[in-house]
Amino acid sequence: MDNYPVLIVVVPLIAALLAGLAVWVEKRLSYPIALTGLALSTFCAVKVLMQVIATGPIQYKIAGWAPPMGIEYRIDLLNAMVLVIVSGIACLNLVASFESVSQETHDRTGAFYSIYCLFVTGLLGVTATGDLFNLYVLIEITSLSSYAMVALGDKDRGPLASLNYVFIGVIGASFYLLGVGYLYMQTGSLNMADVSLILAGHQGSSTVLTGFILCMVGLWIKMALFPLHVWLPNAYSYSPVAFSRAVAPLMTKVMIYVMIRLMITVFGYDYIFKTLHFSDAVVVLASIAILFGGVMALAQKNLKKMLAYIIVCEIGYMVGGAWMGNQLGMTGAILHILNDALMTFAVFLAVGNMVYKLKNVDLSNLTGIFGKMPWTMAGFVIAAFSIIGVPPTCGFFSKWYLIMAAFEKGAYHFAAALIISSLICAVLFFRVFEICFFPAVSPDHGELGHGESGHGELGHGKSDAHSPIQMEEAPVSMLIVSGLVSLSLIVVGLFSGTIVNTIILPFLK
Amino acid sequence: METIVSIKPLLAVLVSLLVIPALISSSDKPNARESWTFLAGIITFLIVLSMLPVILQGKQIGLTLFEIVPGADIAFRVDGLGMLFALVASSLYIITSIYSIGYMRGLNEHGQTRFVCFFALAISATIGAAFSANLLTLYLFYEILSLATYPLVAHHQDERSKVSGRRYLIFILGTSIGLVLPAMIYCYHLTGTLEFSTAGIFADQLSKPAAIVLLLMFVFGFAKAGIMPFHSWLPAAMVAPTPVSALLHAVAVVKVGVFSIVRVMTGVFGIDLLAKYDLGIIVMIIASTTILLASCIALSQDELKRRLAYSTISQLSYIIFGVALLSPQGLLGGVIHIAMHAFGKITLFFCAGAIYVATGKKYISQMGGLGKKMPFTFAAFFIGSLGVIGLPPTGGFYSKWNLILGTLEAQQSIFMIVLLVSSFLNAFYFLPIVYQGFFGKSEEEVDGVPVKIKEANLCLVIPLMITAVISIVLFFYPTIFVNLINVGLGL
Repeated sequence: MDNYPVLIVVVPLIAALLAGLAVWVEKRLSYPIALTGLALSTFCAVKVLMQVIATGPIQYKIAGWAPPMGIEYRIDLLNAMVLVIVSGIACLNLVASFESVSQETHDRTGAFYSIYCLFVTGLLGVTATGDLFNLYVLIEITSLSSYAMVALGDKDRGPLASLNYVFIGVIGASFYLLGVGYLYMQTGSLNMADVSLILAGHQGSSTVLTGFILCMVGLWIKMALFPLHVWLPNAYSYSPVAFSRAVAPLMTKVMIYVMIRLMITVFGYDYIFKTLHFSDAVVVLASIAILFGGVMALAQKNLKKMLAYIIVCEIGYMVGGAWMGNQLGMTGAILHILNDALMTFAVFLAVGNMVYKLKNVDLSNLTGIFGKMPWTMAGFVIAAFSIIGVPPTCGFFSKWYLIMAAFEKGAYHFAAALIISSLICAVLFFRVFEICFFPAVSPDHGELGHGESGHGELGHGKSDAHSPIQMEEAPVSMLIVSGLVSLSLIVVGLFSGTIVNTIILPFLK
Repeated sequence: METIVSIKPLLAVLVSLLVIPALISSSDKPNARESWTFLAGIITFLIVLSMLPVILQGKQIGLTLFEIVPGADIAFRVDGLGMLFALVASSLYIITSIYSIGYMRGLNEHGQTRFVCFFALAISATIGAAFSANLLTLYLFYEILSLATYPLVAHHQDERSKVSGRRYLIFILGTSIGLVLPAMIYCYHLTGTLEFSTAGIFADQLSKPAAIVLLLMFVFGFAKAGIMPFHSWLPAAMVAPTPVSALLHAVAVVKVGVFSIVRVMTGVFGIDLLAKYDLGIIVMIIASTTILLASCIALSQDELKRRLAYSTISQLSYIIFGVALLSPQGLLGGVIHIAMHAFGKITLFFCAGAIYVATGKKYISQMGGLGKKMPFTFAAFFIGSLGVIGLPPTGGFYSKWNLILGTLEAQQSIFMIVLLVSSFLNAFYFLPIVYQGFFGKSEEEVDGVPVKIKEANLCLVIPLMITAVISIVLFFYPTIFVNLINVGLGL
């Protein structure tokens, strides 16, 4: 089948429409429609990835119109990989979402599934397209649907967070559109490959420079690179958890992908690292982003918000790697797109399970849940280890490449930022583990049974304080997805070498 | 050197890992659970033992699992050093699992299933570290071990174990991420490999100042070795149940730290490079400081387990000291101390635990006269003390003897004084306990009435007798370990 590339995007779009329409016919139909759509899309994405690995990049002309006038989908190893990540995670998330969506959005489940599919359509389209303007349109589809999603969330704070997100999101999109306008002025084309060819002759042009900077700033706003991140923490923590689980791993990573796509395919290494001279400054900015994200995460009292700041920190990893200007850095950044998507997904899945049971995931509310939700916590622990960067989880290996790149470039501040952020993440997560591991101290009884553990006596007659705790786990579907994704962190980690050798290095060659 | 490809090292690591589901599923049948632990221990030991003849012939056993980046795979390689360490750890695991039964049930501890699971995980990681073929794999198992031990340290889930657990993590994880990780990546950046080899991995990419910085990052970074000033997690970790202190904080965990440093010095830098840049002396000064200071602090501790902890800190530095001598005799003395100290110190910890279970006493000042009540325990304690002090007829004598000869051989006779002073200090803080135990008087004792023998239960007493006897046996037959070291270091 030659139509797989476009089916990846079109199937979820149709699913979105049908899921929306289904609300009037039979509410319960929305979920299976959405799930089928995303599952088919995942299937197509995997097919495309296998085809690209076997035979090289695929070009697909939408409706048969030839580029540069028509819209072209161009799938190479990089976006084939990102397509699989996006569709796979979106689909798995839906599997885990059934219970939590009906719990959180009550009578609006149809709206949720419909907008969710639209959101995924946008992300997939952004990833697949080879056209600069089409990219803008799809970014807006994604963004608009996420504004709506955030507004569906927390009754008090959701709408305000959404409004904030709308303002900043629109500004980001405008920057990008303006940048594309400048590029169009210079080149008269919107097709990426075409623009790239024409740009080769206009390296010194200030129009191109303006276009480049505007595009980058627009994307940085959309990916929440410090100091343009202010919209992210609230938007991600007040949206329905079923949506947080998808937006947190996917949205920012796809924007990173777009940045890398523009850097490599449109502007080219030579332009960015030889003609322009601010790549070092961006790496410094990335280092600051890493540290800032970590420190802000330390200050949070709510688990979801803490994780949102960790995303700000991780964005710094990828931006820094991409702008390092060497192959190791780019390898690390691309590998981290995969790893970070998986580990953020894993950690948010665990949080989703907690939210399902506890409603409120303020840190102080988590005491003793290792006993109540052991399976959820097992997933959480593995994901946390990956974020900290403990081998053999995947987070370690992308960090390895990034630190190597920093050493090779001599950007020791970036290496230091990575190490410090690992330490900060270790503190962050072990603080959470500690709260979850130690039982709550009940105010009436003081420290039950622990008082006498001092001198001499047999201070251990405290079996009553540890009477078997009742397990209160989340639904099985949520647990299975959470477990699978957490295991995948280890599997992907162990096969990092294979992934780098079959996908990333051939792409960078 | 001939390398045989075999799956055995992987099996040895996996056995204790795979038994964990069985342990969890039999959580409400304690006897079945304990049998599983025991079975896993015996199988692990047998697998390790089955590799021994091949290693003694001077061959190596290797297995590459995953190729991550060229020159840094996840791979196992069994050589003399790893074999020695794995033998010690896996044999003591069996003995400790008997002891755990007596201890945990004797005190009616909570969370026993969690305890045995993480214990098994810790042993699996220890064996993995022993069999690592390169620095990346070693680091991997080192980290797994750090994380697996946390729930054991914080086992009591009270305020004190919370604070101790926190300190444990800050020191262990902080140094391994903050120092070892960048140092390791820098080594890889320079050389493109992390594979251990007796010649070292650096050809001439390393200047002397860089070598000093890297070596110090490794020596301090592997904080499990308890080099000062990164030692204070060990006394804190004594809040854990005694089987943990005995096996993990006298044998497995701390010795993984020491073993890592030994590996880095002999396998990454290589003895020749260390000698060329005179780096041995720097490490010797650091180790000597730790030896003497820790012994002095041990003198002032009244809580028995804390005294043992400080003693461990000082004894661990003997090993590093021996390797830093860079002379064959010093290396032999240092590395064999991994085994000799293990059997001596675990005996002492077993005794501390047995005393606690039988009488509830933790403080040395309360232990006067206890020897009459618990003669077997105190006799074992005496033997263990001799082992740690380094007196015949215990294995400890053999390592001290070689260390002292090593200082002469390396023409560092000044440092011989460190060893002698430390031995005196050891005697000062151990022997009075034994003396008070047998000849002192307890509060309950009435004159003229013979004290009744009331030992702890058999599950506690038998293990400590076994390890005490092994300590003595090692004095007469240290040959296996000596041969392993000769094979491993090509001496």
